[in-house]
Amino acid sequence: MTENNSIIKVKNLKKYFSLKSGFISTIVGKEEKFVRAVDDVSFDITRKKIIGLAGESGSGKTTTGEIIALLQKPTDGKIVFNGKKINDLSGKALVEFRRACQMVFQDPYETLNPRFTVRRSIEEPLLINGWGNENKRFEKVKDALERAELRPAEDFMYRFPHELSGGQRQRVAIARGIVLDPVLLVADEPVSMLDVSIRAGILNLLRKLRDNMGLSMLYISHDLSTIKYICDEVIIMYLGRIMEKGPTYEVLSQPVHPYTKALIASVPVSDPDVKREEAEIKGDLPDQIDIPEGCRFAPRCFSANDRCQSEEPELYSIKKGHQAACFLCEPK
Amino acid sequence: MNTQNDKQVVKTASEARRAKTKKTLFFIRNLFKEDKLALVGVCMLLFFIVVALFAPVIAPYDPNVIHRHDDGQGAMKRLEPPSREHLFGTTNRGRDIFSQVVMGTRVALFVGLLAAFFVTVVGTIIGLVSGYYGGWIDTFFMRLVDISYAIPFVPFVIILVTLLRPSLMNIVLAIFIISWRTIARILRSQVLSVKERPYVKAGRVAGATNIRIIFLYILPNVLPLALLEMTLRMAQAILAESTVSFLGFGDPSVTSWGQILEQAFMAGAMRDAWWWVLPPGFAIALLIVSVFYTSRVLEVVANPQLRRR
Amino acid sequence: MAFLNIQDLKIYYKTIRGDLKAVDGISFTLEEGKNLGLVGESGCGKTTAAKAILRLLPENGRIAGGKIIFRDQDIAQLSYEKMRRLRWNNISMISQSAMNALNPVIRIDKQIIEAIRTHENTTKKETLQRAVELFKLVGLEAKRLKAFPHELSGGMRQRAIIAMALALDPDIIIADEPTTALDVVVQDKILKKILTLQDQFNSSMILITHDISVVAEICDKICIMYAGKVMEFGTTSKVLKDPRHPYTMGLKNAFPSILLEQKELISIPGYPPDLVNPPIGCPFFNRCPFGDEKCKDEQPPREYINDDHWVYCHYADQYQDFREKATQGSTWEAVRKRQQELGVV
Repeated sequence: MTENNSIIKVKNLKKYFSLKSGFISTIVGKEEKFVRAVDDVSFDITRKKIIGLAGESGSGKTTTGEIIALLQKPTDGKIVFNGKKINDLSGKALVEFRRACQMVFQDPYETLNPRFTVRRSIEEPLLINGWGNENKRFEKVKDALERAELRPAEDFMYRFPHELSGGQRQRVAIARGIVLDPVLLVADEPVSMLDVSIRAGILNLLRKLRDNMGLSMLYISHDLSTIKYICDEVIIMYLGRIMEKGPTYEVLSQPVHPYTKALIASVPVSDPDVKREEAEIKGDLPDQIDIPEGCRFAPRCFSANDRCQSEEPELYSIKKGHQAACFLCEPK
Repeated sequence: MNTQNDKQVVKTASEARRAKTKKTLFFIRNLFKEDKLALVGVCMLLFFIVVALFAPVIAPYDPNVIHRHDDGQGAMKRLEPPSREHLFGTTNRGRDIFSQVVMGTRVALFVGLLAAFFVTVVGTIIGLVSGYYGGWIDTFFMRLVDISYAIPFVPFVIILVTLLRPSLMNIVLAIFIISWRTIARILRSQVLSVKERPYVKAGRVAGATNIRIIFLYILPNVLPLALLEMTLRMAQAILAESTVSFLGFGDPSVTSWGQILEQAFMAGAMRDAWWWVLPPGFAIALLIVSVFYTSRVLEVVANPQLRRR
Repeated sequence: MAFLNIQDLKIYYKTIRGDLKAVDGISFTLEEGKNLGLVGESGCGKTTAAKAILRLLPENGRIAGGKIIFRDQDIAQLSYEKMRRLRWNNISMISQSAMNALNPVIRIDKQIIEAIRTHENTTKKETLQRAVELFKLVGLEAKRLKAFPHELSGGMRQRAIIAMALALDPDIIIADEPTTALDVVVQDKILKKILTLQDQFNSSMILITHDISVVAEICDKICIMYAGKVMEFGTTSKVLKDPRHPYTMGLKNAFPSILLEQKELISIPGYPPDLVNPPIGCPFFNRCPFGDEKCKDEQPPREYINDDHWVYCHYADQYQDFREKATQGSTWEAVRKRQQELGVV
């Protein structure tokens, strides 16, 4: 990942949510508790690449995505876009960033304003940014619809969301996301609420957009199969930290971290003759408030030793671009 | 969910608007077919509105005129039961009750609509601001709401009206001061839920200002609920005004249904002169019921989950 | 020996526009101790069929025809009271969202005890003991019994639901998307648990899902539904490895897999038909690359491939040709173009 190729650099990102302690507890002097949703996460998103952020609930993947899209403020760390920190952007620079980074959400049934027509929904980012005049915007909306494969565009312009299927609504959401010609699209579980037979179309569309528009994407999902299908690189998160990251093919076919191995082994396979390996993971996902000392995966890991219970591993390099946070991979 | 129905493809913005209106009207028509109470409610309310608008024409006499027998002695037509000249009979001072009830419709609707309107506008704005911004603004307004909930409705109206002049506007004012609390709370909770929806987030990601989001995204989606609440406040206001007037704190310069009942009570005629008591009593009840039934229509519009498949 | 035999079941919903034929003549069988996967898109009728077996249809739904034969008795005709006794005792259900099944204001132990004691005459102490055992079976600590539903995680709640469903040792468990809302690691554990418990209790299961890979792993038979009708039915292995229906072939292409080779995924263009005015012929016609006039006008017959595999298609014999074409993107692209031209977008 060369310097000038990266669009976004995420450095030591932290997001802690404080649990408001009651009045009495504050007087008594009880320690304030935090949910460490994102706990020191660093990665780069490079041009024309689809980076997958994978993890289960509580992994912090959605929070990370929302922080990058400026929907939430980080507690610590920085996000650098074109050499500037986006946390403190304001004025013109902020507007520029907003145009450059857009987001697509999970629920197709709530992603569009029910009172807006399709045209109006897609036009909204243009209107907010004072772009062009009515005619030019109409053409831009039409173009976005066609790029989202809703053709003929005129047939969709004046429909309301409730007249569209889930897949169509998601395409409208994608059209809305690309109408400003962004360089980065953050997609949070864009297909998990769609029927399986329609997912392929949306996934293929995202790939096409990357190829034709040079769009980079942060694809957030818990579904490793879809990540395998469209992501160039994958970042595996667990309880707010990165466990493993690297080129998708490598990480998924030769996983190093015990969590990654267990995750992959847990995915059901649609070939009835294939017998899956047992997923080597014990126990349940712990409460996010009581994140264990040391490696946070240790309580569930069969390979954990004493060191894992007390010290937290860094990301160690395995191969070029492939890293894992596990003492088993620590270079001697 | 989209299915392969034969759909007319809409090609222009104005066509889209017309199609939407057509669909809403079609839907309302179906609603009336299924929910007869809603239909009854709307018809009754329209009836009352018409009566209020044309009250001076409909009322055969001035409600304050004392009617006397034209038999030379000129005795007052006291407490006469309903007859052809006096459809609802007369009061103990010979006044025509029918005219009084008809004119009273104006008062009831005036108070109802005005109070409900102000309450809704202010309550909605507070709900929007409080729910959207949260933080100390929210805390401030909600504590205000909590305090106001501690104040009993009718006694407060009475106290305010006693301190100021007893006039219709003051009654409206008193009702307003108390009633905004309910709408503010209800709308605030709706705002809290709407503001987390993905399309609102999408707006923020695109750079929408808070004001834009409040008025363009959130308001249109909570408006149906606000309208529903408005009708309920209207019913509440009508009842409040009637109660206050009945207790003797009404505006003496107008005839309201509550006042008719007050006069009947003060004259000690409640048990004997049923024609004096039943018409205003029924009028109050019927108007409030019609408002409630009308709200069923708005309820279905506001809450799409109630719409049948 | 068919334990549960659904014959030509029809379930219609009354709507403003007329009858919605949610399920329009489906037939499948379930053997004792075996699993059946009911697969299809949303709206295909699989959940409706499951609810109908338990006679838990909403007010505007009714069984408009067909038979549900359980242990040689047509339970579609049973009285409400007899059905109530059958429910949970012989046939129980695990619903999609555990939150919907558990009363949020009552502790879990109370709920399980109530469910068991409604059907069996046991003392509270005995029932509680049974609940503890059941919880142990599903991997939950006994102390969790005293909790309220919201105090448990999604995975734990779902396990509690499974425990409840097994409480009366039912013959059939109907599981409606039991793991869709769960993380993949938990899903794996729960599915494995369900299998072990099944072995132990010798119960059969009908698994309703849109996830073919889950069915591939734990179901013996698979029934592919579309627009209220069955498209293909047979042993999972045969249907998935030797699909005969174009819809099944299309579904296979749409499924990303973590193990298999990276192939181009292909969507099936178009949408399911309107079930208030369903098509006269094959419901899949306008999304099928291979349909013709006959498919449009006539309902496809049931073609037996062997005893445990049948398909509803006019041209089932041309499956090899279809299969080859179905793997090519151009075949489905042609369908999309055709739909666009017809204006059915």
